[in-house]
Amino acid sequence: MSSITPAGVEAGAKGGRPEEPRLPGRVSLGGLSLNLRAGGIYIAFALIVALFSVLTDGALLQPQNISNIIVQNSYVLILAIGMILIIIAGHIDLSVGSVVAVTGALAAVLMVDMGVPWPLALLLTVVAGGLIGAWQGYWVAYFGIPAFIVTLAGMLLFRALTLTVLGNQGIGPFPDQVRTLANGFTDGYLGNVGLGPLGGADLFSLLVGLVAVAGMVAAQWRGRAARRGYGQVVEPVALFALKMAAGAALILFLVVQLARFKNLPWVLVLLAVLVLAYSLMAGRTVFGRQIYAIGGNLQAAVMSGVKVKKVVFWIFVNMGVLSAIAGIIFAGRLNQAGPTAGNSFELDAIAAAFIGGAAVQGGVGKVAGAITGGLIMAVINNGMSLIGSPSERVMLVKGAVLLAAVAFDVWTKRRAGARG
Amino acid sequence: MTDHILRMNGITKTFPGVKALQDVTLSVRRGEIHAICGENGAGKSTLMKVLSGVYPHGSYDGEIHFDGARCAFGGIRDSEHAGVVIIHQELALCPQLSIAENIFLGNERARRGLIDWNRTNHEAARLMERVGLRENPTTAVSDIGVGKQQLVEIAKALSKEVRLLILDEPTAALNDDDSAHLLDLLRGLRDEGITCVIISHKLNEVTAIADSVTIIRDGRTVETLDMATDDVTEDRIISGMVGRALDNRFPPHEPAIGEEVLRIEDWTVHSPSQPGRKVVDRASLTLRRGEIVGLAGLMGAGRTELAMSVFGRTYGVRVSGRIFKDGRPIEIRTVQDAIGHGLAYATEDRKRYGLNLIDDIKRNVSAAGLPRLARRGWVDEREEYRVAEGFRASMNIKAPGVSSVVGKLSGGNQQKVVLSKWILTEPDVLILDEPTRGIDVGAKYEIYTIINRLAGEGRAVLVISSELPELLGLCDRIYTLCEGRVTGEVARRDATQERLMHLMTKGQE
Repeated sequence: MSSITPAGVEAGAKGGRPEEPRLPGRVSLGGLSLNLRAGGIYIAFALIVALFSVLTDGALLQPQNISNIIVQNSYVLILAIGMILIIIAGHIDLSVGSVVAVTGALAAVLMVDMGVPWPLALLLTVVAGGLIGAWQGYWVAYFGIPAFIVTLAGMLLFRALTLTVLGNQGIGPFPDQVRTLANGFTDGYLGNVGLGPLGGADLFSLLVGLVAVAGMVAAQWRGRAARRGYGQVVEPVALFALKMAAGAALILFLVVQLARFKNLPWVLVLLAVLVLAYSLMAGRTVFGRQIYAIGGNLQAAVMSGVKVKKVVFWIFVNMGVLSAIAGIIFAGRLNQAGPTAGNSFELDAIAAAFIGGAAVQGGVGKVAGAITGGLIMAVINNGMSLIGSPSERVMLVKGAVLLAAVAFDVWTKRRAGARG
Repeated sequence: MTDHILRMNGITKTFPGVKALQDVTLSVRRGEIHAICGENGAGKSTLMKVLSGVYPHGSYDGEIHFDGARCAFGGIRDSEHAGVVIIHQELALCPQLSIAENIFLGNERARRGLIDWNRTNHEAARLMERVGLRENPTTAVSDIGVGKQQLVEIAKALSKEVRLLILDEPTAALNDDDSAHLLDLLRGLRDEGITCVIISHKLNEVTAIADSVTIIRDGRTVETLDMATDDVTEDRIISGMVGRALDNRFPPHEPAIGEEVLRIEDWTVHSPSQPGRKVVDRASLTLRRGEIVGLAGLMGAGRTELAMSVFGRTYGVRVSGRIFKDGRPIEIRTVQDAIGHGLAYATEDRKRYGLNLIDDIKRNVSAAGLPRLARRGWVDEREEYRVAEGFRASMNIKAPGVSSVVGKLSGGNQQKVVLSKWILTEPDVLILDEPTRGIDVGAKYEIYTIINRLAGEGRAVLVISSELPELLGLCDRIYTLCEGRVTGEVARRDATQERLMHLMTKGQE
């Protein structure tokens, strides 16, 4: 018999009702259903922040420290956005650290050595990142080599390319505009306002924060109203209000602290735009839906007419573009492109995606989750260094968190499977 | 008194919701070749799995006596220890290992934990000679054909000192020469005193080789025939296999048949795993608007392979033939082409090819027709929701809402989601492969009603089914397929189970 009919068909045909997997990790509390796997990550993040703010006597949440956490981790967060899409599709990319290095080096060569105007140099670098992604996407999607192998090779290839371009030394310094993008803050366009005991704060930053809160609440409310409008079950008003209040408090706290320090980091603005754009892309576009369909059941996606090869190709191109952006920001922040840039960034980005709720088998994950996963690691890094933990202990804790997060995912799935 | 090596009495095996075997009795005489015949799904393989311990003692009711002793096999190892070896339809060989390694897999010829290669290859060569396999024992299994792989399986069984050899559809994947050789080998083994139980759809082989035949239908033993004393013909076996009453399980259907919409000519498909083998051989069929056409065939006849190769070449290599849509020749190279030309294919394996089980109803419904619900790449979620809700109501999908996860639904409701997905693409031709497999009787009736409605809307529906009563109750016209060839075309009024079974098993009428 051919391979299309699975073994035991007779038993299957007579086997009656197929198993009915339950949703993993869903608990019911007085009729209130909460998806642990999706929601747990945010609760875990809050607990970790609370833990470290206690352990550091509040130093963690000081204005300057918050600003540092964002600026120091922005490139990993940008990489995590691209990585989560690849992981949702059921692939992996081990080369992003090397691509960060080679694109940073390219940007430096263009701007510093060749004197190309910075906007053109940035554009060329991003295009180069896209081409690198296209190279890897070709081998994965059209040639059919597992992404693990292709990107492992890429990891070596692009590191080698970086070393070839740079020799053994860094290239810098970068033009001021690039440094500002990587390391700088928005100007105090509207002056300062007094916040009583908190001291002076930048009015523009505060206004941006208020607009963000208003936008978030309005968008969520409209979405909820729309879902209710076509008869879908929505969460109760109280829970909705609680979630919105938590979100608003988080944004406002962040903005107030930043406004008291040096205003909004430009990378935060960039990151916010990217997170918003990619969340919409993943959830609302045909392309985004197809990524989930491929990861959820590749064969069913093929049989439904999804152009699987094309989608996989383009998510690798996208990863290359985001790696180039991260490469520019990393080089700009250090003010030089170095041969060891981006070392082990791929591991941070992959860990962020998995801690943030991506499933090992693909098909599951959210951009916001990956960002939260990245922030969990950022807070652990930062908090532990504030209390003077040696770096080996930081590594230990990060490793344990990653293992625990994925173990939880596997455990909830196995529990669901055992009932079938 | 007859000497029976095996007696199975009152075997009942229940799966959740379904009785797969009910009070089945099987008695096999020592040293005979005993055939088991029955339709797809009659329970033959289940019975053999009970016997070989795949379903352990305690998971079924009834008694097994082997060689006079009552058996309680807890697993395959127990049954093999007793001398019962089963060779499954899907061969269980490691393709990268050598013939000798496969023969002694799990039963290695070793001394103090180290493999004794000389002994392994030497003993393998002797076993290979017994089964007539002329190859080097160190040749990798992937380098020999399926016929020879089958012989490796038998050599493996002989290495375990087999006394009762069970073969499940041993010749289904073999060509005529290999089949003939295998049957000769079985006769030889019988002469050596090894009892064989063979499950086969090929009735000519059964009448040629078997000493007795047990017929199973709907999980029950119908009868056991002795080839020497009873007058056993293929017709006799067929009537035993199909003889069941047709009751009122089908909604009424008034066909309104229109123009030809799809015509397939000289369609030939080669197997991707065995490059020389034609899985579909110069098949031609025609579908008309408003018509429900059946495609009947036994397992391995090439029904699914035909459908999938037409649907964007999702199966097979070296596909050739012509397809005409509304009389004009068309090319279908990808699934997108197929959907674009108004074709839809609802798979026989919902979980593997049909659904994204971890996603919800609405996203599964929109999976194939998503571009219709989108503008410039952006999905209109309100429209998606509205459409999905519409299907939930019109198809009677039993779920709290369209945001319910599809993996949690029953088989019937999952099938309705699959049908909704394809109806959304507004197809002219729907190919439904085993549309009621794994679905309870009530839901089946609903699916039949939906199929009638689809035909009533002027679409052509091609139904592939293993259940002949289903095809007879549903279809206006039925094609039969046997070993990749279209062997018959029968109009509804002329169709009987016996006639179809003849065409499905015998080839040309």
